[in-house]
Amino acid sequence: MAKDREFYWRRLHSLLGVIPVGIFLIQHLIVNHYATRGPESFNNAAHVMEGLPFRIFLEIFIIFLPLYFHALYGVYIAFTSRNNPRQFGTFRNWMFILQRATGVFTLIFVTWHIWETRIQAALGATVDFNMMEAILADPFMLAFYIAGVVSTTFHFANGLWSFLVTWGITISPRSQRISTYATLGIFVVLSIIGIRAILAFV
Amino acid sequence: MTASSTMTEEKTIRFEIYRQDDLDSTPYFEEFEIPYRANMNVISALMEIRRNPFNKKGEKTTPVAWDMGCLEEVCGACSMVINGTPRQSCTALVDQLEQPIRLEPMKTFPVVRDLMVDRSRMFDSLKKVKAWIPIDGTYDLGPGPRMPEKRRQWAYELSKCMTCGVCLEACPNVNSKSNFIGPAPLSQVRLFNAHPTGAMNKNERLNALMGDGGLGDCGNSQNCVQACPKGIPLTTSIAALNRDTNLQMFRNFFGSDSEV
Repeated sequence: MAKDREFYWRRLHSLLGVIPVGIFLIQHLIVNHYATRGPESFNNAAHVMEGLPFRIFLEIFIIFLPLYFHALYGVYIAFTSRNNPRQFGTFRNWMFILQRATGVFTLIFVTWHIWETRIQAALGATVDFNMMEAILADPFMLAFYIAGVVSTTFHFANGLWSFLVTWGITISPRSQRISTYATLGIFVVLSIIGIRAILAFV
Repeated sequence: MTASSTMTEEKTIRFEIYRQDDLDSTPYFEEFEIPYRANMNVISALMEIRRNPFNKKGEKTTPVAWDMGCLEEVCGACSMVINGTPRQSCTALVDQLEQPIRLEPMKTFPVVRDLMVDRSRMFDSLKKVKAWIPIDGTYDLGPGPRMPEKRRQWAYELSKCMTCGVCLEACPNVNSKSNFIGPAPLSQVRLFNAHPTGAMNKNERLNALMGDGGLGDCGNSQNCVQACPKGIPLTTSIAALNRDTNLQMFRNFFGSDSEV
């Protein structure tokens, strides 16, 4: 990489994590939530998403490229830190460590999830309620999916907190404390939405 | 005086001290036990070991090397890791520490010998981010703009930084795998940019902060603000500089007709 470009890569990394990847995450979890209204509802919603015009471009530029840039650059960031929770057991230091741990786990989960659904769809499989029902019938996969969704929502919510710091929006300790509570709320709400959708397939 | 009060059992202080003979040699721990005196700090204990360099086993050893200066927590030279926490050894009072007291150098920096480290990288970073106010010229420019008293009081807090290195030792992103300059020099940019004369060159400092190893490498673990012995609001400085550098980034990228 060119010299003195790190700052811009880091800013791009922070931005893409929220726009578009974070927005897509929220949208995805909300569409999944149709599953709680029964198979028909979910299949209809999935059908609408599948039938969006210019779908492949939307997928490439709004999902895959930003997601994998964020993920791979994030792995680089995660492995250039030296965690020290024993010396500094503070809340923020734990969040710092968890952000990196959930980032790596989310990358594994999302990659597996894309392989199991989107890539299989490209190979001719039908993505519908039955597909998810079959995947989640395995208790190991059910646990993996729940862990994956919670890891993703945590990474997003806590990432939103540091996004606000990185972009200079929350400066004072007070505003950063309030945004901690706000993002904690986002984590809880998105986790409930995500887990309810998963359990609807069981 | 009764016999019982003079014959009290002799109290001692136990130490486990990191020893390293030079930059490249293998480190090891050596134990020491010295007689107790009231109101000792870690430095007076190290002076006692220097006066009588015998380890706990009674073997003669080399005196422990450490760095010190002011002895009143304003110079930053005597920083070391005491029972796992980076801090100044002059204000580390023996009576308040759990024994054995474990002394280690701040290994984020190159270890010169024993507890002595080379903090030059911090001074290099201050040069990199132009942490000064240029006033030299060919003629007397007269007094600069006045600084509001409230801002002066606030800036005084930032000026308490003594380049001690504790925040770099505490930061998970300052290590051999990264070239992050650490929190201290970042906050100094905020100090000099807040000065009415310093503000005349604030774009130069912000652009320096946007270089490799600069502000972008902060990961918001916020250990620095916990560790800072001077209570400098380092994370507030970092967030404020995030705002400033973002604006500077837009100015640079989209162009602007005013530089500062």
